[in-house]
Amino acid sequence: MLKDITIGQYYPVDSIIHRLDPRIKILSTFVYILSLFIVKDFTAYLYPVIFLAGVVMLSKVPPSYMLRGLKPLFLIIILTFSINIFLTKGEVIYQLGPLDVTKEGLHQAIFMGLRLILLIVGTSLLTLATSPIQLTDGIEKILDPFKKIGVPAHELAMMMTIALRFIPTLLEETDKIMKAQMARGADFESGNILNRAKSLVPLLVPLFISAFRRAEELAMAMEARCYRGGENRTRMKELSFHTRDFIASVVTMLMIGAILIDRFI
Amino acid sequence: MSILIENLTHIYNQNTPFETTALNNVNVEIGKGEFIGLIGHTGSGKSTLIQHLNGLLKPSSGKISINGFDITKKGVALKEIRQRVGLVFQYPEHQLFEETVYKDVAFGPTNLGLTEEEIDKRVKESIELVGLSFKDVKDRSPFELSGGQKRRVAIAGVVAMKPEVLILDEPTAGLDPKSRDEVLSQIKILHDKYKITIILVSHSMEDIARLVDKIFVMDHGNLVLTGVPKEVFSKSEYLESLGLGVPQITNLMKKLKKSGKDIKEDIFTVEDATQEILKLIRGK
Amino acid sequence: MKNIIEIKDLIYEYRKDGDEKIQALKGVTLNVDEGEFLVVIGHNGSGKSTMAKHINALLLPSGGKVYVKGLDTLDESKLWNIRQSAGMVFQNPDNQIVATVVEEDVAFGLENLGIPPSEIRERVKRALKAVGMYEFRKKGPHLLSGGQKQRVAIAGVIAMKPECIILDEPTAMLDPSGRKEVMDTIYRLNKEEGITIVHITHYMDEAVSADRVIVMEDGHMVLEGSPKKVFSQVKTLKQLGLDVPQVTELAYQLKKEGILIPQDILTIDEMVRYLCQS
Repeated sequence: MLKDITIGQYYPVDSIIHRLDPRIKILSTFVYILSLFIVKDFTAYLYPVIFLAGVVMLSKVPPSYMLRGLKPLFLIIILTFSINIFLTKGEVIYQLGPLDVTKEGLHQAIFMGLRLILLIVGTSLLTLATSPIQLTDGIEKILDPFKKIGVPAHELAMMMTIALRFIPTLLEETDKIMKAQMARGADFESGNILNRAKSLVPLLVPLFISAFRRAEELAMAMEARCYRGGENRTRMKELSFHTRDFIASVVTMLMIGAILIDRFI
Repeated sequence: MSILIENLTHIYNQNTPFETTALNNVNVEIGKGEFIGLIGHTGSGKSTLIQHLNGLLKPSSGKISINGFDITKKGVALKEIRQRVGLVFQYPEHQLFEETVYKDVAFGPTNLGLTEEEIDKRVKESIELVGLSFKDVKDRSPFELSGGQKRRVAIAGVVAMKPEVLILDEPTAGLDPKSRDEVLSQIKILHDKYKITIILVSHSMEDIARLVDKIFVMDHGNLVLTGVPKEVFSKSEYLESLGLGVPQITNLMKKLKKSGKDIKEDIFTVEDATQEILKLIRGK
Repeated sequence: MKNIIEIKDLIYEYRKDGDEKIQALKGVTLNVDEGEFLVVIGHNGSGKSTMAKHINALLLPSGGKVYVKGLDTLDESKLWNIRQSAGMVFQNPDNQIVATVVEEDVAFGLENLGIPPSEIRERVKRALKAVGMYEFRKKGPHLLSGGQKQRVAIAGVIAMKPECIILDEPTAMLDPSGRKEVMDTIYRLNKEEGITIVHITHYMDEAVSADRVIVMEDGHMVLEGSPKKVFSQVKTLKQLGLDVPQVTELAYQLKKEGILIPQDILTIDEMVRYLCQS
């Protein structure tokens, strides 16, 4: 059950999107998110939609795989949709019991729903097509200029790498401890909220203890391999810009440019 | 009959591209009070099988009864199953969570909804049963005990539920030889004195040979071989083809036989081997 | 032969909750030759791990000295040289892999040493090939078996070109096939690459082909010598709660029965040879 969560997991295929420099991908994703919030009417959505569709196609990640990973988020999308459709005041076009569906509400709901879907698909594509290590490398490099003002770029990136490394391990461990406690008659599924919260103690205590033990052992193992922070560290894969990265930046700029022209001119 | 497994099949991720058959039509009969050794290399289906016996996994098809009680029937309360079958996972000390040994061992019995008195009695009993002194450890934190002691407390936590069948998944993994021997001898006492049916999963053929009445061998989700140690260990080539082996001493006896010595091959313990070789030498 | 590790009267003390002083090592003296395969046995709490961590300067002596390639582990300026020369592999394969991709993990130590990228790639490739994990270089560590993870950890160490590797119960959490993978790898590195090995284990069968075995108990070294010499002390080992190989035990039992049989039989073949000639 815990293993079904695929959102944000790297999808290892070789595509031009996978090969792009992670810095370009991260920055483009930001620009893309920004563009979603600049868009103010349906026709302007055309630009980010075309952009996203193009990237999805080039990334070779099967759309069905992406959608499956999004399942857990459907609830949020539906919630956003419902809130907008029922709570926007305006011209009533349909009545559902005590709730009014207004023309403006419908418009707003579709608009916001679309924005949310585009947002989720776009950002999850970043992690689907960028290996965690590249992602953290990219973030570290992007934050590099801010080191001078005290941003611990390397430490942040290292923390992220380790977190990503241990997610599968800890999920597996959770599953194991849960089963072990269930074999001792623990019940994680029934009862009211208070009881359920209480029933998590036998799961959470061992999980925390094990996480601390792992952290301690990992720290020692890292030290034994001469780890001493970010100073004088080299990287196996140096990031470097290629023509494709240049093209990708231009395409992204064109997209947001088109939206800006559409909106303000 | 203590455990009866009929046509048990388990398929993970059924109807998806990741479909894998973890158990394929397994049929098993285990008598009351038997001591069973379950062997097979990693991924052979051992874990999947034992999790079915405890109701943690539901069969894709097939039936399991414990002392005549069908645990795979619809609507069976899990409590019913856990009362009958105790399962000790690998590294069970990782499940300890209470402040004191007493409270931790009491967790299982409390979940069964027993009376205060009964719980108290069982906690006392099971801590002593695993060879620890109740008086010394009951108020201590389980986390300050030694590795071997922690493991025994964890086993006591399952024993306190008084199961009719006790399953142990590699209970000695990672222990040093001394703690290993202690844990194994406590398990033997549980079996001999309290007549509990025991299923021991182990990679150590030496331990299996020393302890069990019967051996079940699994491979690729199939139960491929069952029998008393004598029968199973006589097929050493087959076991090796499955990535398993026989005790070193058995290999020795086989080699001696091959070099023309008049000697019994079906020997699995050092004690028996000593007697057999003495006979050989003195018989000359 | 040159000593690569010299331990002189090593004492290690720590304070346990408050003031109670505990001596984990009570004066250990040990030299390890270049290219030697040394096995350390002893039950939990005997001081094996504590001693191992001193060789990598993860722990520093409370008394006595530890030298690695002639470098004093108390000399802070030599810390990184020492850690590069004496690599360390730990028990739990999960808790020593840092990165999310195998080859990135093997590169970790080299990146810390500030090696240029092109050389890192070359060394990572060689190290992964040396442990037979090259075809897994792009995999996530969580998809590997325990034995495979442990081989990746070994690759991470040998990529740093150490003269010596200390393995702290690397096989304790593995199944028999994983154990074999790891042991074969360690032996190959010792024989083919000439790397000095200090291997800590509970499994006596991993000790029978070592060059030398030492037995630790209560912070002391209590037995030392060739596997034949150490394992022939069946009685002492049993008193310490340790195992001996089954054939060695058999020889011991036969002697007890009055049979004249050498006490240093370690393998099946030796036993067969002996019984067939008599």
